[in-house]
Amino acid sequence: MLKALSRRFLRDTALIVVPVIAIMAILPSFYSNHLLLFNFVVFLTLAQGVNILYGFTGYLPFGYVGFFGAGAYGFSIAVLHLKAPPLAALVAAGAAAGALGLLLAPLLRLSGAYFSIANLAASLAVLQIISNPNLEDITRGPYGISLSGVFNPTLAYAMALMILAATLLFVAYLRSSNFGLALQAIRENLFSASMAGIDVVRARMIAWLACALVAGFIGGVFAWYVSVFFPETVFGAEFSIFAIVFALFGGTSTLLGPIVGVVILYGVYNLIGVSAPQYFQLIYGFLIMALVLFLPNGLTSLLQRRGIDVP
Amino acid sequence: MLVYTLFAGILFGLYFSLVGLGLNLVFGVMRIVNLAHGDFLMLGAYLAFWLYTLSEVNPVAVIPLAFALFVLIGLPLYYMLVPRLLAAKDPEMLSIILFFGLSQVIEAVAGIVFGRSERSIPGGELGRALAGFVNLFPGANMESGPVEIFGQTFPAAWVVAGLASLLAVLCVYLYLYRTRLGALTRAVMADREEALSTGIDTHRVSAIAFAIGIALAAIGGVFAPFMLGSITPAMGVEATVTSFAVIVIGSLGNPLGTVLGGIIYGVSYMLMQSYLSSWANLLPYLLLIAILLVRPSGLLGRRVRLA
Repeated sequence: MLKALSRRFLRDTALIVVPVIAIMAILPSFYSNHLLLFNFVVFLTLAQGVNILYGFTGYLPFGYVGFFGAGAYGFSIAVLHLKAPPLAALVAAGAAAGALGLLLAPLLRLSGAYFSIANLAASLAVLQIISNPNLEDITRGPYGISLSGVFNPTLAYAMALMILAATLLFVAYLRSSNFGLALQAIRENLFSASMAGIDVVRARMIAWLACALVAGFIGGVFAWYVSVFFPETVFGAEFSIFAIVFALFGGTSTLLGPIVGVVILYGVYNLIGVSAPQYFQLIYGFLIMALVLFLPNGLTSLLQRRGIDVP
Repeated sequence: MLVYTLFAGILFGLYFSLVGLGLNLVFGVMRIVNLAHGDFLMLGAYLAFWLYTLSEVNPVAVIPLAFALFVLIGLPLYYMLVPRLLAAKDPEMLSIILFFGLSQVIEAVAGIVFGRSERSIPGGELGRALAGFVNLFPGANMESGPVEIFGQTFPAAWVVAGLASLLAVLCVYLYLYRTRLGALTRAVMADREEALSTGIDTHRVSAIAFAIGIALAAIGGVFAPFMLGSITPAMGVEATVTSFAVIVIGSLGNPLGTVLGGIIYGVSYMLMQSYLSSWANLLPYLLLIAILLVRPSGLLGRRVRLA
């Protein structure tokens, strides 16, 4: 069993993690739209973050952007107030998201839609607090952040790739470890899992914090990369929604699914966004509805139905 | 000041319970999350706006029309979306995404058809309707204008919206507790599987509940220009979140719980507006999270929603 699992980990790493990171590392020298590539890395990471939580525990984080924004502001506040160098500020980004994750951990007591709605409300509450004019001294309130002093897109892109690699490896680990199996057992049946000796609360907590940290770190890098932003930019609901839709479109609890989802849907998004922006929302809405009605388990389920073990 | 705030809070609270009522019905009966709820409210608001602008129809007269129209829209919509959804592995989660897609479609179409600019209806229209109604009684003589309650004056629009909302809640209550179809609806609410096995046509019952839910949102939309500010195609999201706060504070499936939730929400909203206005926007979210954590079944609820 363990041998089969570790073989799976090596297979996942060789087939998916290494190629994806290699391609994203090489692409900037062939393709000039650096920002677009960076956004691809951000969404690849966020979609895998959603995958960690939804694919392995069944919780759908509808306010996922809260961690992303917390990371962005953790990074910015460390740079602005503590004069921290960017790499140290990234630690602050992770810490901010981790702290928010701990604060919101009681939400895990809720099930199903209640969790998602409470999570959405929590992310909106954080946005309201951060953008409140009364906190202008700390967060600059609604007027936004400018980090021009540490602007360094090349290094930020490299850090984003490292975060993506770590996230992909963590998902590969979940897919091939007893811990990952334990999480899926909890998702399928809470009581049987706890009867089998799984520490339900601890296992869920680890997945939740991992999911929060992923978003926090990539949020910090995002703040670093764009360096000028408003609260609404880094707390925009579209981050949560895109990450969720991308992950589900490809198929969760696989490594490949969310990647395919991001490449296809974010690719389409940028194509329509450039050529016909006024119909973009309409097409996107229909695409999402068609996905749920006709392919509720994602694109990779087409392969899984034929008995193929999708990495 | 305090009395004024409390009364205004109650009027708004009644209105908010109308806004949340349809969502409560849909979630209670089908266990699906209609994230497009606020967008149907937006469509109702545009219906009232265009009928007023094109042919000066009083918004109060639009209400029955809106109800009928949106029931007719809701029935086929149910059969198009929900049966397929309920057959999936995790309908509750998937419904969030499906109806998010629907809300995007509605918002996009509304943006293309109505344009993105802000619209509004003059507030005096509802006052004229109220005065006209009161003057139907012999001996009554009322000017259209602000209404005086306990020495405080309120815009007539608030009073009309509050009263109409109360009436709508009452109708839903009578439907659920005094009609046969309502009894069947409550059976499906309590346990869908068991209702099915006793021979209830759950899809028919659910379709009607779904259509009524959407129609209630549309009625709420008719008053939106007076209560929620100017109307835009993008107003739906905020209305949806407000509705969620209201029904979570109250409880699921129980229209009286929604009224309680709406009033608590409305009063605390008004108190925040008067005494702590810069943080007022934070309130719905904090209230929502606090109630979910402290009393997950809602204030009047019996159901358990813990994981």
